[in-house]
Amino acid sequence: MTATSDPMLPIPYRIHKMRRELADTFTVDLVPESGTHSLNYAPGQFNMVYMFGAGEVPISISGDPAEELPLVHTIRAVGPVTRAMQGLKRGDTLGIRGPFGSAWPVVEAEGSDVVIVTGGVGLAPLRPAIYHILAHREKYGDVRIYYGARTPEDILFLKELQEWRGRFDLIVEVTVDSAVGFWAGRVGVVTHLVSRGRYDPVDTVALVCGPEIMMRYTIKALNERGVGNEQIYVSMERNMKCAIGFCGHCQFGPYFVCKDGPVFRFDQIASIFELREL
Amino acid sequence: MSTIEGLERLLREHRFFRDMDPKACEVIAGCAANERFNAGDYLMRQGEAADKFYLIRHGAVSQELHVPDREPIIVQTLHEGDILGWSWLVPPYQWTMDSRAMQLTRVLSLDARCLRSKYENDPTLAYELFKRFVPVMADRLEAARLQLIDIYG
Repeated sequence: MTATSDPMLPIPYRIHKMRRELADTFTVDLVPESGTHSLNYAPGQFNMVYMFGAGEVPISISGDPAEELPLVHTIRAVGPVTRAMQGLKRGDTLGIRGPFGSAWPVVEAEGSDVVIVTGGVGLAPLRPAIYHILAHREKYGDVRIYYGARTPEDILFLKELQEWRGRFDLIVEVTVDSAVGFWAGRVGVVTHLVSRGRYDPVDTVALVCGPEIMMRYTIKALNERGVGNEQIYVSMERNMKCAIGFCGHCQFGPYFVCKDGPVFRFDQIASIFELREL
Repeated sequence: MSTIEGLERLLREHRFFRDMDPKACEVIAGCAANERFNAGDYLMRQGEAADKFYLIRHGAVSQELHVPDREPIIVQTLHEGDILGWSWLVPPYQWTMDSRAMQLTRVLSLDARCLRSKYENDPTLAYELFKRFVPVMADRLEAARLQLIDIYG
């Protein structure tokens, strides 16, 4: 398995399957048109996904890293390129460059409790890490997933969350901001789950992914529980273009998010995380 | 478990009252009772007198806003260990939301009229209560703000 030798050259992949996850979110399963090309990626890495004629966007890989193919991306339609992608169908072609960036510390976290905190579509970049941890479950202590969504209708990967919740070796808590009618689950912010969770703050690795404001309050809640910044990993989002640290579009203080991130140990970036002009 | 001593022990075990001044805890226990609500029962209704508050010992309660011609909007759920109700501290002492048991729910209920009459003449008791309720109110205000700005968007 080799990535393309030229990191700027997209490799054509065909859409093998496309499924709607939410009103504005969909998942594509991709296979290489050549039939031979595939990517070795680590949980947390991303690809540049090119829709010919529309543009290129960075998208985290959301599939199981143990499965070579298909390559899976979960995409939220928020801009012109991703909205155009939403109209694609089975058999259409996308260009793929990657994988790029840093990964979730799934090996470093072995032997510790793992607390995964995520909200909205932020669950997608964490799903490969969850697959990895579940596939090597015996290597970790307690594992908890705290997931927040706007409403019950906005819960991503609902069926999978339900399956995970049914396991005896995993705690899964889901909360929504508001609900109407019958909803037997929690309503409230995801940070409350972090504050109340029964994990050992001294020996916990926290993986956090979501909008920055969600991550800010989550980190505050983790810190209040005694989880240090060096135990917290976050996935940052910036305007990645070249994905190899040349163009500078995703510069974040002394870092390029595409190359040094997107996953950072939080103590690396704590001093710049809340700077307003960065 | 309905004796004052038993209720006082339950109060002390609850994290909300942990480390409370023993005399204040004894006074509060005198205003406490065990209650049980079945799924679907209302613990409070919007606009009614806020004459109690609750410590949830087991179960879950949804806090709902009633909207005419629509289903109620659940804005928060409270669970084991949570405090339910602070409107009893603020005039005009009326509930601002409905609260409904989502499942069998066991609570310690505290008689607010009893406590209000006692803390008027007992600054230590008033301080012990307000010092515990203000963080709850601040926490709920922060949660409401986060829910308002849609942090997952």
